[in-house]
Parts: sequence; C-alpha cells; structure tokens
Amino acid sequence: MADFVSQFRENRTALVGAAVILLLVLVAIFAPQLAPHNPIKASLDERLTGPSEKYPLGTDHLGRCVLSRLLYGARISLAVGVVVVGVAAAVGVALGIISGFYGGVLDEIIMRLVDAMLAFPSIFLALAIAGTLGPGLGNVMIAIIVVEWTRYARVIRGSILSVKENYYVEAARALGASDFYVVTRHILPNAIAPIIVVATLGMAPVILAATSLSFLGLGVQPPTPEWGMMLNDGRLFMRRAPHLTTFPGVAIMITILAFNLLGDGLRDALDPRARTEKELR
Amino acid sequence: MTLLGVRNLRVHFPTEEGLVKAVNTVDLEMKGREKLGLIGETGCGKTVLGMCIMRLLQPNTEVAGEIWYKGRDLLRLSEGEMRKVRGREIAMILQNPATSLNPVLRVGEQIAEAIRLHQGLDKRTAWARAVEELEAVKIASAEERAKEYPHQFSGGMQERAMIAMGLACDPALIIADEPTKGLDVKIKMQVVRLLKEVVREKAMLFITHDLGAAAEICDRIAVMYAGEIVECAETSEIFRNPLHPYTQGFLNSLPSRGLKPIPGVSPSLIDIPSGCRFHQRCDCATEICEEEHSEMVEVKEGHFVRCFLFGEKDA
Amino acid sequence: MLNYILKRIILLAPILLLVSLITFSILYIIPGDPAETILTGPGGAADPKAVEEFRVKMGLDRPLHIQYLKWLNNVLHGNFGYSYMTEQPVLDPILPAFRATLKLAVASMILSLLISIPVGIISAIKQYSLIDNLSMTGALLGVSMPNFWQGLLLILLFAVYLGWFPVAGYGENGDFEHLVLPAITLGTSSAAITTRLMRSSMLETIRQDYIQAARAKGLSERVVIGKHALKNALIPVVTVAGLNFGYLLDGSVVVETIFAWPGIGKLMVGSIYMRDYPMIQGCILFVALVYVAVNLVVDILYTFLDPRIRYETKAKAK
Repeated sequence: MADFVSQFRENRTALVGAAVILLLVLVAIFAPQLAPHNPIKASLDERLTGPSEKYPLGTDHLGRCVLSRLLYGARISLAVGVVVVGVAAAVGVALGIISGFYGGVLDEIIMRLVDAMLAFPSIFLALAIAGTLGPGLGNVMIAIIVVEWTRYARVIRGSILSVKENYYVEAARALGASDFYVVTRHILPNAIAPIIVVATLGMAPVILAATSLSFLGLGVQPPTPEWGMMLNDGRLFMRRAPHLTTFPGVAIMITILAFNLLGDGLRDALDPRARTEKELR
Repeated sequence: MTLLGVRNLRVHFPTEEGLVKAVNTVDLEMKGREKLGLIGETGCGKTVLGMCIMRLLQPNTEVAGEIWYKGRDLLRLSEGEMRKVRGREIAMILQNPATSLNPVLRVGEQIAEAIRLHQGLDKRTAWARAVEELEAVKIASAEERAKEYPHQFSGGMQERAMIAMGLACDPALIIADEPTKGLDVKIKMQVVRLLKEVVREKAMLFITHDLGAAAEICDRIAVMYAGEIVECAETSEIFRNPLHPYTQGFLNSLPSRGLKPIPGVSPSLIDIPSGCRFHQRCDCATEICEEEHSEMVEVKEGHFVRCFLFGEKDA
Repeated sequence: MLNYILKRIILLAPILLLVSLITFSILYIIPGDPAETILTGPGGAADPKAVEEFRVKMGLDRPLHIQYLKWLNNVLHGNFGYSYMTEQPVLDPILPAFRATLKLAVASMILSLLISIPVGIISAIKQYSLIDNLSMTGALLGVSMPNFWQGLLLILLFAVYLGWFPVAGYGENGDFEHLVLPAITLGTSSAAITTRLMRSSMLETIRQDYIQAARAKGLSERVVIGKHALKNALIPVVTVAGLNFGYLLDGSVVVETIFAWPGIGKLMVGSIYMRDYPMIQGCILFVALVYVAVNLVVDILYTFLDPRIRYETKAKAK
C-alpha cells in the first residue's frame, strides 16, 4: 500500500488530474456561491455578448450568463458521472461475481449477454434507449448504465477467475463451509484496485456519452444548464458568438482529461508491469 | 595466432538503483579453433561479456578496454563496420531459443536472411542453403521444417535451429550462451554432441553454468565470479587441480561430487565487496583478502588464478 | 484453421439471438402505449379509434412473444419493419444512409492509420524524445476531446473563418470538400487511440529477445525494425481495428448531425426526434449486424497474421 502511494505521488500528471477533479468537485458544490448570475435568468437585451466585465464568459442566445451556466453544469456532469459509474459498477460487479464464482451455465449466459451488449456500438445503443424512453436526465442515465455495466462485469470476473485457482488450494484443506464469505474476503480486496482504475477511467466515456446525448437534445431539458446542451445551443450562432462553442467544450475536455490522467496514473501505480517499464529508463 | 583478445574490459550499466558493475577488468585470449568455456553462476556477468563482444549492449552502457579480433579493436569500429562482423565473423547463439526466434517468421527465413545479407546470395539459393544448415544440425525433414514457424518446433529443435542460424555464414568465432539451459538430460547430451561436431573448425566461447557440458567440448575453462575471471586453465587441469576456492566450491556443488552448495549468495553487482570479491563466502579468507584485490597469477604453465593463496596484490 | 473460423461463426449464433432480443425489446420500453404516444399530436390526445386501428395495423395487439417471433421471422427475410412515418420499409433509407456512413468511416480510418502507425512507431523507437512526448500529449488531448466539440471547432476555423471548406452537407454525392472536415474530426479521434496502442505494442516488441537475435545476425536497424519488429507489433493493432470501427460508428452519430452528413447516425437521430420507433429499431439492428460482421472479419484476419494461431502448436519429440 505504501508502495502504491509513493508510486502515485511520483506520477505528476496523475496528481494534476486529481487536483483538477478536486477543483471541479468544489466548483460543483459551491456553484451557487461562485456563480456571478442566476444561470437560468434570461436577459434578452443582452443576448450573445462576448466576454465582458459583467459577464466574464459572455452571454448565450437568451442573454444568460455563460460562466454561471458552466458552473452549474459542472454539478450535472459530475453527478451523472458518479451516479452512472456507481450503479453500473454495482450491477456489473454483482453480475460479474455470479458469473465468475458460480461458473457453468450462469457464467455462459452472462458472458453471452455481455458479448451481445458489446455487439452494439455504445453510443448508438445508448441513443436508441434514451431516445425511446424519452427526454429527461434520468432516461439518459439509465441508457448509459445499460451500456456501461459490462466493463465492470468483465473486470471482476477476471479477478475472480485468477483468484479461484489459488483459493482452491487452500479450500481443499481447511474450509468448505462459509466459502462464499471467504471468497468475498479474498477476492474483493484483490479486485478493488482494478475496479477503482476501471471506474476512474470509466468516468470519461460516461461524461462523453452524457454530454453527447444532451448535445443531441436528450437528457436535461431547458432551461437547466448542461455542457453538451450549451454547445448545441451555441451551434446556431457560431459566427456571431463563437465563445458559445468554445467554453462549454473546454469544460468538457478538461473534465474528461482530468479523469483520464487520474485513471492512467492509478493504473500505472497499481500495475507492476507498467512500473518496470518506467524503471528501464 | 590469437583470434580474440579481450584486454581490461569493463562494462558498467547506470540504473536507477546505482551503477551495475557487470564486468570488471576481464582479460581473455582465444586462439583460432580453440573452445573456451566461460563458467559461472547466474548473474556473474558472463552473458554481458558475450553481448559486449558482439556490441549488442544498450547505448548508455559504459564500456572501457579493448576487444581485439583479427587485428582490429571491435570497440573502436563504427556501427556499420561492426554489423559486418556480426553473424559473419562472430556469431552469437543467444539464450532461450523459444524467445530468441521470431514467432511470425518461418524458421528457414530466419536463417536465410543472414545468408542473403552476408553472402549476397539470391532468395532461392539462400533458402536452399538454409535447408542445408538445418540438415547439418540434424533436423529431420529439413525441407518441410524450414517452412514452419518456431512454435511448431520442440525445445531441442529450437536450440538446434539457433545453432544453425549461428553457423549459417561460417563465422570464425561462435559465442554460445547457455545452449543447454532448460533442456532435459537426453536432449542436452544431443545438443552438446552436436555442438562439438559442428564447431570443430571454429573457435567457440561456450558460456554456461553447466560444467559437465563445458567439460565435453572445451579445451580450456575460465571461471567467472562477480564480474571477473578468477581462474583459467585447461579443462582437465581445472577438474584435477582446482586452485581458487570458488572453483573448488563450484565443483563440489556438482551432483557427481556431493551437491555441496557454496554458503552465502552471489554479491550484488552494485555493491561489490571490498578486496577479493569472494572473501565473504570463502573458507580460506584471511585479513588481506578483505582489504586488497588480488592480481591474476600464472601458478603453473597455462594455469592462472586470482587469489592471495597464490598471488600478489593488484598493482 | 477452417475449424477455428467455423467455431467462431457458430459461437455467434447465441449472441445474435440476444442481439435480436435486445433490439426488439427497445420498442417495448417506450413509456406508455406506443400507439398512443405516436398518435398524440400537438392537437391533444389521440382519437381512441385511430389508436386502436393503428395498433392492429402494426400488430401491437398480439402477445409479446408472438410479436417477437413475427418480427424475427421478418428480419430473417430481410424485412426490418415499416416506418411509422412513411410507412415504407425501414431498410429503404437505411441502405443508402449506411453507404454514406461507410464512405465517411473509411476515409476517417485511412486518415487515422496514416497518422497513427508512423507516429506510434517513431514514438516507440525514440522513446522519451521530443517527438514521443509531443505525440503522447497530442494523443491524450485527442482522446479527451469530445468529437462533437472538435467538429464544431473545425467548422468554426476552417469553414466559417477561413472559408476553405463548406460548413456542412453532402455535396455531389459526398465529394471531397464535404468529406474533409468530418473525416478529420473522426479520423483524429481514432488516431489518438491507435497511436497509443501502436506505440505500446512497438515498445513491447522491441524488448523481445528475438530482436536482439536479429541484430546479432548483423542485420541493419532498418531491417530489424521494419521486418522483425513491425510484423509482430502490428498484430494487436489489427485486432483493435474492429473496435476502432465501432468507435467510428459511434462517432458518426454526432459528427453526421453536425455536418449534415446523411449517414446512418443522422438517420437514427432524426428518427428519434420523429419518434419513428421501427426506424430506430431498424437502424440499431443494422448497425449491430454490421459491427458483428466486421469483428468476425477482423478475427479471421488476425488468424492469418499470427502464425501461432494459424498452425496449432505441434509438440514433436526431438
């Protein structure tokens, strides 16, 4: 564990990622305090103005403050990310444990299901589901969860399979009773690390999918601010107000980048092979 | 008639943990057609020595000294000139044939490309020669085998293919790195016998920790410990009259002599012990052994030892 | 090896079945009654009689499993259903739309490979050099940049400000100047991923023993890298090609929308706005089938590339 922490600390880019995420979380929590204006208050005579003293990042097509909307939008993106990853991980881990531990027919069925889900390009499937369910943030989240659970199922199943080999040697001797309990004792601690890595790296595709679907008009409905939706709104006014197509995109990119950096760093710190590659320098 | 002369060779690797002093002041001489065995435990630097002669070490390695081959110092050659030496004049049979053969190229091709390169033959002729080489190392149905891929060969066959690859361009010196490692006893014997036959007209540096195999083939044996040569003599002399305590210990650890291991572990090549490198594990160690480093001394004709029991201090 | 291929194809059957089930069930997650939802126009609730007629016409009144079997039977006969809007077969617009997407995907893939393979190789050979650091940073940014934003920025810069390319559209059957910006958008996103992969695969390959063995034979560095290393290093890249195609399909959804490129992504988005559920269903089924087919082809291709799979290991004594 100490080894992991020192490895992690040495990876500066991962620390930058962690710092940015922390910043985003704080921004999201304190959005009401930080935002200079009401994000949904329209001011029609101040439409489409560029960055100014009153509106640091300008206004949108309804005269709303872009900065304020970005700050409140952080709440949505981060919340969606956490909820979707959380639920997808829970579902995926549960199914993966069943699959890996019990093996046999259950394993076959679940793995075939995973394969079938992966036969669809993910955004397409999420789009179809969210589109059919109808507009609304909840529906978008459900759609993405349906698409995302598979990666967690696979990771934990892999962990279980690799520990199962070792475990049976011990099991042959002592226990036999309470094996589920012992297995969860041995397996979950081993599996926590890769799950955390996959979850961190998994935030990126979730945020990407959520903002993409919002961009297409699904998800949150106006006037709630959401980064993807803001980009879509800004599309019509590209010539007049290019700032509307810039700032929300920057926000999305920084968020995704931060999670990627953090995830990469976590993975490097936890994967011994990646470590030796650095040492060969 | 010295074919290969290694003088004062020093090889150091800078790593994150420190400077690895893999080879320190090694002097070696080989005549044409001589078979010299280089014996030592894993990690004593013998493979590094072999790779250094071929100049196959990483670019950031510190190398000092001279390696004379047919009148030229190999360490001073340009990379282009050295490439002409590799494979053609000096060939190395690397360890681990399973991983030293390219899995996506046919075995025949891996031999033929060396032939095409050094002997300028066209594709068809080179391929035919490659098949001949496989026959020479006693691989049955060489024609079909040449078209196969390494994973289709057994361990012994892979080793033989490596030997064929080394011999293909008729080099004057062969460096064989652990050719019997990992093979089971019967196969080992076959490989050793084969080697003996095919290198008859050549010089060979036989790197191994298998004394038995070395005894079969080699005229002389040099014993290496912690990056330096500690004893060197004719094969029969080494067995009959080992002088250095390490050599004696090594011999005693053979199954035929009682399997008595040498106490302790081989030293880290980063923190080399002071004085004589073996003194911490040596029964005969005295005060001077801890402080001073001994020179190589010729105790009898052709029999050299580096030990204070016989010699004097390093100048 | 034929065995291997046949095995793969047979294994697909249960997956395809599940795929069909999933696709079918999408229609049934519609909140409320599908017929009512469709027919509820801006004027208010739909006329119950019209709703009932519609239900019968579309077969929505039968029990679920019958509907599934009927639907599956239709699909196997090439009938992917009828659009609620146009009442024409759903496949009619899908095929030409897919052709357009394919054009875009191929162009993007070519661009992606042209960038990622050389850059990945060079980054690996000159690890930690300036080129390596730049390309890895670029790749990281590329992976983190949402492609719809990238598309918008490209339009902003090259179409709106510089006027070099049209803002959107298909032009004369997908001509070059309309293809450029969307292809760059998709291609660079894909390249970001492939470059990283090419680099790590190459790095791993160069460290193998057989590379040293090749050098020991006196081969020039160019041959060592170009022949010995490359052939091995490309294998994982080809394996990922299938996934890459899926990524391109995914990307096509937003990119086609932004650039008004009449591909299947845009068709799907359009049918969502129109609540044309059979069309949604048809699109997703079609895309899934194509994706499965592409992956199968890549799998087979992979067996050709890696002789270890092609010829099962024979353990021969001696």
